[in-house]
Amino acid sequence: MMEILSKSALTTIQDRGRFGALKWGVGTAGAMDGLALACGNLLLGNSEDAAAIEIQVFPFEARFDCEAEIALTGATCEASIDGKVILPWSSIQAKAGSVLRLGLTRSARWRGSRAYVCVAGGIDVPIVLGSRSTQLRGAIGGLEGRALQQGDRLPFGQPNGARRASDGTSIVPPSFALPLIVDGLPAARVLPAAEYHCFKPESQSDLWLKPWKVTPQSDRYGYRLSGSVLEPVAPMELRSHGIVPGVIQVPHGGQPIVQMCDAQPSGGYPKIGTVIEADLWRLGQAPIGSSIRFIETDWDGALHALDEVSRWLSEVARCLDLAKARKASS
Amino acid sequence: MMVKEPQISLLGTRALLFEAPGETSLTTQWRIWSLAREVDTWPEVSEAVPGVNNLLVSFSVPPRSLAPLETRLHSAWDAATPMILQGRTIELPVVYGGEGGPHMADVVAHTGLCPHEIAEIHASPLYPVYAIGSHPGYCYLGGMDARIATPRRKVPVLKLPGGAVSIGGSQTGVSASAGPSGWNTIGTTSTTFFDASRDPPVLLQPGDSIRFRIVEVVR
Repeated sequence: MMEILSKSALTTIQDRGRFGALKWGVGTAGAMDGLALACGNLLLGNSEDAAAIEIQVFPFEARFDCEAEIALTGATCEASIDGKVILPWSSIQAKAGSVLRLGLTRSARWRGSRAYVCVAGGIDVPIVLGSRSTQLRGAIGGLEGRALQQGDRLPFGQPNGARRASDGTSIVPPSFALPLIVDGLPAARVLPAAEYHCFKPESQSDLWLKPWKVTPQSDRYGYRLSGSVLEPVAPMELRSHGIVPGVIQVPHGGQPIVQMCDAQPSGGYPKIGTVIEADLWRLGQAPIGSSIRFIETDWDGALHALDEVSRWLSEVARCLDLAKARKASS
Repeated sequence: MMVKEPQISLLGTRALLFEAPGETSLTTQWRIWSLAREVDTWPEVSEAVPGVNNLLVSFSVPPRSLAPLETRLHSAWDAATPMILQGRTIELPVVYGGEGGPHMADVVAHTGLCPHEIAEIHASPLYPVYAIGSHPGYCYLGGMDARIATPRRKVPVLKLPGGAVSIGGSQTGVSASAGPSGWNTIGTTSTTFFDASRDPPVLLQPGDSIRFRIVEVVR
């Protein structure tokens, strides 16, 4: 078990997401940086559907009741355990009574905005409609369907002894291993969506050529961006239809909103494009106030990007196995 | 926007959207339900979810090539016969106006009708559930009387309680949990629409119908 000591708002339990419940109006939720979660689970030998803690307001503090192997991934922050500095993207052994503290995110070239605390065996809350992810609207999943509070105690699942990284093993973060930068800004690839061609040609080119600022009204539900005004050729009224995380809607004001993990599963605003699944983690780590760029892609490009991510994850798994074997033989 | 031919568009690599041609009608919706049932059985499909006049097809694994899937969707649509679901009719007791209907005055101002007339007109039809969406347990209803249509609010209400009965343009619906909304709330019901511990977790599904019963019109 671990106990939350800090009053960090908006901290939630997330896994890969809830799939198969759209028909009941239940969106996917899930980690905003699915790649960071996947790496944390790899470091600990967890199954890929294990849940972790997603932290987006710092500092965060928690105490472990028992010995536990933990991994820290996602945003680079000043992290320590019992005052001893720990490296991000690595696993470490926590002793019974250890206090984990995550300070502010570092303002490095890439700083990210969400950190993940993963534990061997995963955070063991009940599976609701196929997932442990917290879905605030409807109050399901996670711990009582809500954000974590000071004093909450979280149980762990059974660690998988078969494949655990050795203490201190670390992963090269995906922001370095799989960079995507345009004119010095982090970028994400976008597939044009149904109403793309209903926007003025200059708006279409602005989508690809102009920077988009992540405004303070951005959260797990959606990123409200500011930049050029995207204008349709004529006003559009759409009927309600299903949407997924990544969809870029353009309401009447012309400022795009990217639907993120907690997005409602249906909508009616015109859609200019969709941030591809393979790049959603990049957006999930874009801090408020930063700017991003969009890159146009097509179906083959989007599939290639997905393949690239899964190849990289396999390579990470292979390297962790090698590191473990080396340690065992030495 | 009304289209003449079915339209297929991409929602990234996770899903595609199939839009039926023509106006919104229950007959088209019956064909959408029929298409949903068929497509839901395809191996590459994780879920086929009806919207209003359209179908979201989410992928379990994105197909390498889209063309064969698009062709199959078009033929499945052509072959889809209207599926008239024998759903249940759920009666919802509603207290119109008062504290639970904070925007009744706006609907009165827009329509020129009195709260009693608005409640009577709203509670008259049997509303078919077209689709589920927006938030857990929420239903899109068809068939509201155009006389009480009222434009969405310019500034959305940040936190509307669950059970709020509201009007947005020519549509009506009941919120299943607390959350933001741009619709005009004219009443409230105490019915629970979503409970994750039930199977299915939703009270209503496409094919079911809602009838609103006036408990009281608060002045």
